[in-house]
Amino acid sequence: MNMSWTLVIWLSVGAYAFKMLGFVVVGSRTLPDVLSRCLMLIPAALLGAMVLNGTFTDAQSVVIDERAIGLLVAVVAAWRKLPLIVVVVLAAAVTALLRAI
Amino acid sequence: MKLRIEPDVRPVITSALALSGAVGVFALAFGVLAVGAGASVWQTCALSFFAFTGASQMSAMSIISTGGTVSAALGSGLLLAARNGVYGLALSPYFGESLGKRLLAAHFVIDETTAMMTAQTNPRLQKIAFWTTAIALFSLWNLGTLIGAVLGGSIDPHTYGLDVGFTAAYITMLVPHLRTKNGRIAAAAGGLLSVVLAPFLPVGLPILASGLAIFVGVKPQRDRVTA
Repeated sequence: MNMSWTLVIWLSVGAYAFKMLGFVVVGSRTLPDVLSRCLMLIPAALLGAMVLNGTFTDAQSVVIDERAIGLLVAVVAAWRKLPLIVVVVLAAAVTALLRAI
Repeated sequence: MKLRIEPDVRPVITSALALSGAVGVFALAFGVLAVGAGASVWQTCALSFFAFTGASQMSAMSIISTGGTVSAALGSGLLLAARNGVYGLALSPYFGESLGKRLLAAHFVIDETTAMMTAQTNPRLQKIAFWTTAIALFSLWNLGTLIGAVLGGSIDPHTYGLDVGFTAAYITMLVPHLRTKNGRIAAAAGGLLSVVLAPFLPVGLPILASGLAIFVGVKPQRDRVTA
């Protein structure tokens, strides 16, 4: 795998830089509306990508397998407002079960 | 020891602790994920301590775990960290002029501290909300990470369906962003892009490319927040 201290260090430095940028450097100035609107959509876009990419791709191919059922279980559980830990355990357990049989 | 807590402070502290407890569960998941992706316990703990921004850490390690490069992982992690800059802008007026205090507080500017602080109406409670959330959440985030990382070494992620467990965690993180129309469009567009582009880009880059979906925000949204 590609894990390295380089990633740890740069992610730490970068994350702090962003936090400080708004907090210390820019101070009490404000960003243009359109820019902050777009920036605030980053989590929606990337989390959406991590959910669908994580479910329907394997390396560079598009696939449908047990993960799709696990995803469905998670969506239903989250929609029924079950606690986080229950959503996670249910989705993992159903997937593990399907993989075992 | 008996702590005397003023009545108006109590709910603030209670919700800070409840929130931090829930985040601790994510931290456990992060610890397991990171170790499963090939990180050492030290690397995993260093990320939680120094980067301290959950979704960024999770996305970076997800990309590494599927075989993506360090650059792709870093790109996606930093993209997700960028919003903390916006939070900093929003919170900045609440803090005094002391540069030292600002530099310290900056490390704790994340989704949860921002939400907790801006939910309060008077400056005294705002400060209490920020710092109790910061301290409780930082402690539990790092403790959860350590436990997850230590346990994670003995778990085979595929056999136990952990990969889908993380997807489930992302879904629960995604839910609050789906309350606005733009949020829903961005999530759907980002998700589709990341699947459609998968065959054409190296692993990890489709996640980064999904960031293009944020441009739906160029158009102001008219719908009200519903929840």
